[in-house]
Amino acid sequence: MTPTSPSWPGLVLTHLRKDLRIEWRSRDAINSMLFFALLVVVLFSMAFDPTRATSREIAPGVLCVATLFASVSALNQAWAREIRHQVLDALRMTQQSGGGGGAAMFLAKVLANFLFVAIVQLILGPIFFIFYNLHPLGDTWHLAVVIPLGTWALVANGTFFAALSIRTRNREMLLPLILFPIFLPALVAMVLAVKTILTGDGSDPHLLWIKILAGYDIVFTTICLLLFDTVIEAE
Amino acid sequence: MKKLALALLVLGIVALMLWGFYQAIYVAPDDAAQGAASHIFYYHVPHGMLCYLFFTINFVASVLVLAWRKNYPARALAADAWALSGAEVGVVFCSVVLVTGPLWGRPVWGIWWTWDARLTTTLVLWLIYVSYLLVRKFAAGSEMQTLAAVLAVFGAADMPINYLANRIWRTQHPSPVFGGDPDAGLKDPRMLHAFGWNVLAWAIWGLAILAFRIYVQRRQQSIETAETTAALAAI
Repeated sequence: MTPTSPSWPGLVLTHLRKDLRIEWRSRDAINSMLFFALLVVVLFSMAFDPTRATSREIAPGVLCVATLFASVSALNQAWAREIRHQVLDALRMTQQSGGGGGAAMFLAKVLANFLFVAIVQLILGPIFFIFYNLHPLGDTWHLAVVIPLGTWALVANGTFFAALSIRTRNREMLLPLILFPIFLPALVAMVLAVKTILTGDGSDPHLLWIKILAGYDIVFTTICLLLFDTVIEAE
Repeated sequence: MKKLALALLVLGIVALMLWGFYQAIYVAPDDAAQGAASHIFYYHVPHGMLCYLFFTINFVASVLVLAWRKNYPARALAADAWALSGAEVGVVFCSVVLVTGPLWGRPVWGIWWTWDARLTTTLVLWLIYVSYLLVRKFAAGSEMQTLAAVLAVFGAADMPINYLANRIWRTQHPSPVFGGDPDAGLKDPRMLHAFGWNVLAWAIWGLAILAFRIYVQRRQQSIETAETTAALAAI
């Protein structure tokens, strides 16, 4: 007598609620990411002494790199809790594994981490604009598309490779080593798209970089979802 | 007999490469615009084409590892040897592309390197496969083979981006000589011959190294299997 197994979206929702509740009670990930990203932004603004003209050129890169470093520090911890509480082993013992249970858990974790990074960016964004004296010259509303797309690329791949690297020796070391090369095309697309928006130089009239970023997201998220059960079951 | 055949094979490959060298350096005429530096083309482009070949071997073998790892572990082990060898030889070929490119760029462009789409994606491709080789160092056993195979799928997703880079965008890197514009291509038959001979020579050389590497890896695997069996028998 097996109880009725929950639907796939139900699984995702359950995992997501659990992750959000844990984060709401501890706020470990958001606080550490926020402070770390803030430090990176401050460090760069001291190292480069941004004046108005140059700041628009380098600002997108600084924002992306700050997010990147901050997320890696949090993503390394994302699966540590699940390992500690044997969640992955439990998943393998249930009928969910193979039936997309791993993929559901992965998607929930991506959504949760995406939310955390988005909150960090929302808080950091205004500070960032103040520190760098930014005054965007292009279509500012495009930022609302570019930043989430780039963040999604980072978080989806990052969550996936955190799960992969946690199974190896010197796990914390390995995540950036795998993630950065894979993420580089998205980083380039994101930086160039943001630069076009900030400088308003009209160098990208067909929004090619945004389209590439969206395509990258679709392709890599699909691969992640398809291969996640394989990573969980690797032995 | 076996040794004789092997020696003849090595001699044949060396002779073929010398013939390719003679064709590329002495027979093929200088390019009208680029002068003597144009001869680098006969090394740069064949290596670029062949590194796709070896990364594709790596991809196909990795997919087979994932497909066979549960039901046919022995076959999966063989496929893993192919995957590892493909990645290693591919990285060597990709390195040659990355070295010969700047050697050509310096006299023709006046700069060693520029961050255009083709050059950047080639560097990314190289970085991804180096990280693939690193993952293989950081984990052990069949778990490592599965994780590495998963990473190889991501690397393969970057290959089309690299291939299309100078077809989609107008890059500083020259547009494709083959499979691009109808009026592109090598006009002088001596250039075409030099190019063809070098593709052939380097392909056979690369495949020979690949075969040798697979052979070494298979020996290594059988030693490890024998050691495990002996250790289990001693209990």
